[in-house]
Amino acid sequence: MNVVIVRYNAGNTRSMLHALRRLGVEAQVSDDAQVLRAADRVIFPGVGEASTAMQSLRRSGLDGVLPELRQPFLGVCLGLQLLGAFSAENSTRCLNVFDFKAEKFPASVKVPHMGWNALHFEPHPLFAGVASGAYVYFVHSYYVPVVPETVATADYPFPFSAAVARDNFYALQFHPEKSGETGARILKNFLDIQPGAGI
Amino acid sequence: MLTKRIIPCLDIKDGQTVKGVNFINLRQAGDPVELGARYAREGADELVFLDITATVEKRQTLIALVERIAATLDIPFTVGGGVRSVEDVGMLLAAGADKVAVNSAAVHKPELVDAIAREYGSQCLVLAIDARRTDTGWRVFIHGGRTATERDVLAWGREVVARGAGEILLTSMDHDGTKQGFAIELTRRFAEALPVPVIASGGAGTMQHFVDIFTEGKADAALAASLFHFRELEIPALKDYLHENNIEVRR
Repeated sequence: MNVVIVRYNAGNTRSMLHALRRLGVEAQVSDDAQVLRAADRVIFPGVGEASTAMQSLRRSGLDGVLPELRQPFLGVCLGLQLLGAFSAENSTRCLNVFDFKAEKFPASVKVPHMGWNALHFEPHPLFAGVASGAYVYFVHSYYVPVVPETVATADYPFPFSAAVARDNFYALQFHPEKSGETGARILKNFLDIQPGAGI
Repeated sequence: MLTKRIIPCLDIKDGQTVKGVNFINLRQAGDPVELGARYAREGADELVFLDITATVEKRQTLIALVERIAATLDIPFTVGGGVRSVEDVGMLLAAGADKVAVNSAAVHKPELVDAIAREYGSQCLVLAIDARRTDTGWRVFIHGGRTATERDVLAWGREVVARGAGEILLTSMDHDGTKQGFAIELTRRFAEALPVPVIASGGAGTMQHFVDIFTEGKADAALAASLFHFRELEIPALKDYLHENNIEVRR
């Protein structure tokens, strides 16, 4: 399977490459539109700050390429937030694949939201073989509220989007590549999703 | 709900795991990658690798080790020891570390904290503070606990968080290696005063010590080394015990 990880300035590609390798998949990393369009699966990781990440995507033209992709696409962490319309992090306009907005966690809780938190979901192909309530690893200071496209939530201190999905676009706020066996299963589930299976 | 984290620490010297009592008298305890993978399988929530003899010449050994750890582990890990510059942090992150711990260098040059946070984000910056009680209160010690400074520990904690540290690893040198329990009062003062997670370190000897540091000490995470290395305490049993004591943990 031809899995391509999006190369830009905010991608933690190495962890994702290792996680895929543990699943027996040798992915490539690219910022080439042709390579991305030809991929069977595209993974869009993200660690860092929203506005510099978007600047990088605009500079390379990927801001126009990514929303047009039609194969199963997985945003991770900042990669989820950047798929929305807007992030409160330095008032950043994002890719607008989804129309949600990322907000900053309130000062009433410790920020970043860092550590293992329980994932709550109704049955969904991303979570096949995973029990609702399983723990996954989060590190983030901004969150996406619960929206119609939310397919999993976590609580900190209120429910927020831990995963969203629509059409071929899937995204996880947590780090599947750092979430032990649960995370590995979710990554595998994404790879197993058949093109056109999105709802 | 966010769980309390159990963090085994692996002290590294020349690519091997060691553990000292009060930071002296090092004892050998195995291959770091093998040990780290075992901890991950047993339910460790994160790992910390501290290169206790970090020198410029040994840096490549550490980088190679971090690359091996990153390829094997499927949980987050922090690397620290001798981190002196933004470039050091960049190299460790590029090798696959999720977070980097900074200690003495930040005391010498506090602007380093701002620079790292600006370049790589607060989420990957753990500020390690070695504390020891003196006649005039808790003070920051550096160079692996060998050198006293005039800095008050909590004032230093507030400063580094203001400068961009995303997490505090608070070690009580007075408790480290004693197995008599964590520094509860000190940890609670940090956990209540600071808006970032606090990892308590130093003094773990029994499962009840972990209950105490999470309830009375309000720590977000607890770190221990030799207790786990020498299998005096098993992580699954510890997590069961915490669960029975109404502390939410990942099991």
